[in-house]
Amino acid sequence: MRTRRAARAGQYAALLGYLLFLAFPLLWLLSTALKSPRELGSLHPTWIPRHPTLANVRQAFAEQPLAHAALNSLVVALCTAVVAVLIATPMAYVMARHRSRLTRAATAWVVVSQAFPFVLVIIPLFLVLKNLRLIDSLTGLVLVYVVWALPFALWMLTGHVRAVPAELEEAAAVDGAGRLRTLVSVTAPLLAPGIAATALFAFVTAWNEFFFALVLLKSPQRQTLPVILTHFIGAEGVADLGPLAAAAFLATLPSVAVFALVQRRITGGLLAGAVKS
Amino acid sequence: MGGEELMRTRSATVLVVLLLLLAGCSSGGRTDGGPITLRFQSLAWQQESVTANKELVKEWNASHPDIKVEYVQGSWDSVHDQLLTSFEGGEAPDIVHDASDDLADFAYGGYLADLTRLLPARLRSDIPESGWETTTFGDGVYGVPFLQEPRVLIANADRLRAAEVRIPTPEHPWSWAEFRQAAKRLSGPGRYGVAWPLKEPVSATLNLSLSAGGRLFHRGADGKVTVRFTAGDAVVPRTVHDQVAVDHSAPASTLGSGGSDTLPGFFGGRYAMVPLGFSYRQQIAQQAPEGFRWEVLPAPAGADGLTQGVSPQTLSVSADCPHKKEAVAFIDFLLWPENMVRLALGDWMLPTGTEALKDPALHTTENGWATGTALAARLRPAPAQSVRGYPEWKDKVATPAYQEYYSGAIGLAELRRRLEGDGNLVLARYQR
Repeated sequence: MRTRRAARAGQYAALLGYLLFLAFPLLWLLSTALKSPRELGSLHPTWIPRHPTLANVRQAFAEQPLAHAALNSLVVALCTAVVAVLIATPMAYVMARHRSRLTRAATAWVVVSQAFPFVLVIIPLFLVLKNLRLIDSLTGLVLVYVVWALPFALWMLTGHVRAVPAELEEAAAVDGAGRLRTLVSVTAPLLAPGIAATALFAFVTAWNEFFFALVLLKSPQRQTLPVILTHFIGAEGVADLGPLAAAAFLATLPSVAVFALVQRRITGGLLAGAVKS
Repeated sequence: MGGEELMRTRSATVLVVLLLLLAGCSSGGRTDGGPITLRFQSLAWQQESVTANKELVKEWNASHPDIKVEYVQGSWDSVHDQLLTSFEGGEAPDIVHDASDDLADFAYGGYLADLTRLLPARLRSDIPESGWETTTFGDGVYGVPFLQEPRVLIANADRLRAAEVRIPTPEHPWSWAEFRQAAKRLSGPGRYGVAWPLKEPVSATLNLSLSAGGRLFHRGADGKVTVRFTAGDAVVPRTVHDQVAVDHSAPASTLGSGGSDTLPGFFGGRYAMVPLGFSYRQQIAQQAPEGFRWEVLPAPAGADGLTQGVSPQTLSVSADCPHKKEAVAFIDFLLWPENMVRLALGDWMLPTGTEALKDPALHTTENGWATGTALAARLRPAPAQSVRGYPEWKDKVATPAYQEYYSGAIGLAELRRRLEGDGNLVLARYQR
């Protein structure tokens, strides 16, 4: 009994340590955002600012169009998440349920396509978008992000579809449900955690992406948050640290909020009890 | 309403919302006709500098209704890749702000306009020939150098006075040997005379080595460049090495740091001097604790005096720009002496123009302006700027070699062998 308690305490201690490790960058960012330039130059930095100030937040908003950039990022990230899920879900279903040479080849292509780095594709991509008149357009950026997120989203969702027992669909068919009815009433609810996780992945990928946005958007009024954040950084990596930390901290909040909204879906364990063992 | 119907309605709603969102994303159309519009991508990032740039654009637009300049905020981060893609895609800004050490690829690649015949005589004669050399590639001039910064010693004034060392001036600078002695005298238990932030050891070493007559890159009669590590090239590396490994007047811990990383130690009294770019003064003025007294000293002098290498910030015109004459006219306006001074003050750097350098605001002793301005005449193009293959030589050979030498892992002979032996193999590939 005592051994079990000690083991449990050890597990909690390890979990707490892990959580602190994960939270460290965010907490340090917050601490930095609330410090004055003089405190930032201190030889002995403290976790809790000695003279907390919101001057960095005010300066960040005064110097750069953060709110507008955040709105651009939000629109792009939401569109990316929705479009990626709408395309990936039926594809993943086909790839999981109808296994053939074609689906195996498609899976292999999905894995291979992950290997292309940004710099390799950016110039051809730029030219394609230019011909489509989608340079300096958020629609063009969404298109790129969807294409970029799709392979991994597809791969992720295929795994989730495979985890839904085919017997459930067969049982619904035996009970007289049509194909569409089975998909909508039986499969889709069970796929909800997978769809939520995929949407979250696509959202965070688009929200954080910098390089495509930097290259594809020209007009200041269309720039997204990661691009605007670099305006606090000068040559040779010198940075206006306080406003940069304040803006970067605020930029992490929407991702955290979206994650908080969908995490229950992800961890809901909707499959529990679906099949009698 | 049945389950299927409900689901269909939901799907339709999602699609409508999506289409609306995407419609909202679409960019607006371009307007044709009217005045010429030039896009000016500026990399200014400090608030004072951004304000100065925006004000100048506003003034230009007010006085030139037929040539409208649109200010676009760029970023130093990934600027090379961003510009390269824009050039390739034919969507580059008309007027490009960059640094001279980043221009070679663009100039040789045909992405930038040759300004030789477009530059007005006033601007051409205002900037010294050493400045134009930084933007001359082959037979063409591909940018206008306008802001530059020497490396200076930022020193703790109280520590200097307490150690009773001679205070160097641009007229009577320290020699490298004197500098080493001064750093020793400024050291003590837990305190160092100097901290070298050498995250980018190659450019710092090469630029400072010009003072001792080090050139490292030698062009032969056939036009080919080879690396030759002479006695002049050894002065600066040996000083740094000995300060770290022999005198212990410099810590090894800052060798991999950037300039900003050393400032807390400087303010905290751990380091008495830090060699930094001239523009770091802005950060120091902002962050220094109350009562902390600091001053700007010239970098040590060698056989070639206070000579230093620099890579100035530049303004170029895209080769695809249909209105090159107008673009150069805007650059000329931006770099009128009084405007150049505004840009220099905003960035805490030195202007390249001789007229601008005469401005009293740049000769005040406050924040060390006078010391920096006195060094302007001794600034020369960074030694490696036009050497083909330099980036690879720097990343694969020179950076690890200097880092290992400074940390004491290898000696001077091995440093020389690597820079010359391995280095010339790299350069030869680019000069076949």
